[in-house]
Amino acid sequence: MNTMLRINRDTCGYCGTCVAVCPEDALELIDAYLSLERECIACGICARACPLGALEVVHEE
Amino acid sequence: MKSKYDMLIVGGGPAGAIAAKTAAEAGCTVCLIEKRPAIGTPIRCAEGVGREILEEFTRPDPRWISSSIERAKIIVPNGTAIRLDQDDPGNAVGYILDRKVFDRELVWQAAEAGADVFVKTRATAPIMEGGAVRGAKVISIGTPIDIRADVVLAADGTEAQFARRAGLDTTVPLREIMSCTQYLLTDIDIDPVSTDFYLGNDIAPEGYLWVFPKGERTANVGIGISGRKSRDGSRAKDYLDRFIAENFPGGKTIEAIVGGVPVCQPLPCTVADGLMVIGDAARVVDPLTGGGIGNAMFTGRLAAKVAAEAISAGDCSKKTLMPYDVGWRASRMGASLTRNYKIKEFFITLDDRKLNVLADSIASIGLAEFSVSALIKELIKRNPKMLFELGALKSSLS
Repeated sequence: MNTMLRINRDTCGYCGTCVAVCPEDALELIDAYLSLERECIACGICARACPLGALEVVHEE
Repeated sequence: MKSKYDMLIVGGGPAGAIAAKTAAEAGCTVCLIEKRPAIGTPIRCAEGVGREILEEFTRPDPRWISSSIERAKIIVPNGTAIRLDQDDPGNAVGYILDRKVFDRELVWQAAEAGADVFVKTRATAPIMEGGAVRGAKVISIGTPIDIRADVVLAADGTEAQFARRAGLDTTVPLREIMSCTQYLLTDIDIDPVSTDFYLGNDIAPEGYLWVFPKGERTANVGIGISGRKSRDGSRAKDYLDRFIAENFPGGKTIEAIVGGVPVCQPLPCTVADGLMVIGDAARVVDPLTGGGIGNAMFTGRLAAKVAAEAISAGDCSKKTLMPYDVGWRASRMGASLTRNYKIKEFFITLDDRKLNVLADSIASIGLAEFSVSALIKELIKRNPKMLFELGALKSSLS
């Protein structure tokens, strides 16, 4: 099974809250673009902290 | 852009701007970089600042003051409002800023003092040599450049990635990130000289909701909730939308912003070899109020002064930069951060019933002094049993 972080770009407010709580320094806010720069461990902390609910850990078979 | 400066400052908010100005005035060559294409935007702030701390750094100017604040109200779930007035009516205790203009003014002052400023320029990694920071790898409007510096000041706000990549752990625990949403709401009935704070577990769990006036009928209406209380269907935006539907149904949103405010303890150490961390990146936001502008300017100035001395002495080791870390911890700001962290940790344990009892115990009295410590002191005096845990703080509530 494959887990990954899905960023809903229509919802994302590009605020960087997810960046501050990411334990892996995997996310980066590059101006108005949230980028997954390094390996994500799919812990889901960013998805919880997001004020808008723009992030989702998805599990794929 | 030169390839070598005395000081490189990562981030063009109030911490970085004040640091740049201070260092330039001390005779350093300074480079200030901001990853966004414009200083001051998008804002991620409720824009409130105390008068005293602001005036320590710059003269209030109507061009960037949206409103002058004369009182505060704290409203608990049963509707009781604690009113904090000040003795001298008509005299501001604080301001709601227009950060878009304010931040530009500060950077402008830094530039005038001699600092170089570059926007849309992002630090991707520190340049490390023998465990010491010696500058940063940056991308400036698409062009990768190495900028070397004797000292780098990390002023990169909530994200705080520069210090993290230099080896300091800046990660904010989920429960200590305030997940925030704010609307600039217009055409609403407000008290235009009062900052209003709404408390309650159904209103803003482990946080608060604010109404900060930006004009006669316009306000920053926003909310911060603990990250651990945030989930689908009950996120900051959901709570805010419910409050607005109930309290300001006719309001029109002309700006919507989101952001995360760290209300954890400060970094265990805010210096390293060739590196200093200032402002929100150092986690020196007031954990009780979430206010960060004043502390950002304070740490920015102190760090730049210490750095300027280290640079002229030719030694930018952690040991030489350490007076900055020791200095802010020993300051009034440092003491207040320690105290307010303990108060915050205690207050988030209170349920709505206790909040109501506490508010009712002091709602009818006039508080002689407009301050958090005066308020807490009065609460402890009147509710010694309920606030037993806070009794230990009494001596620090000067």
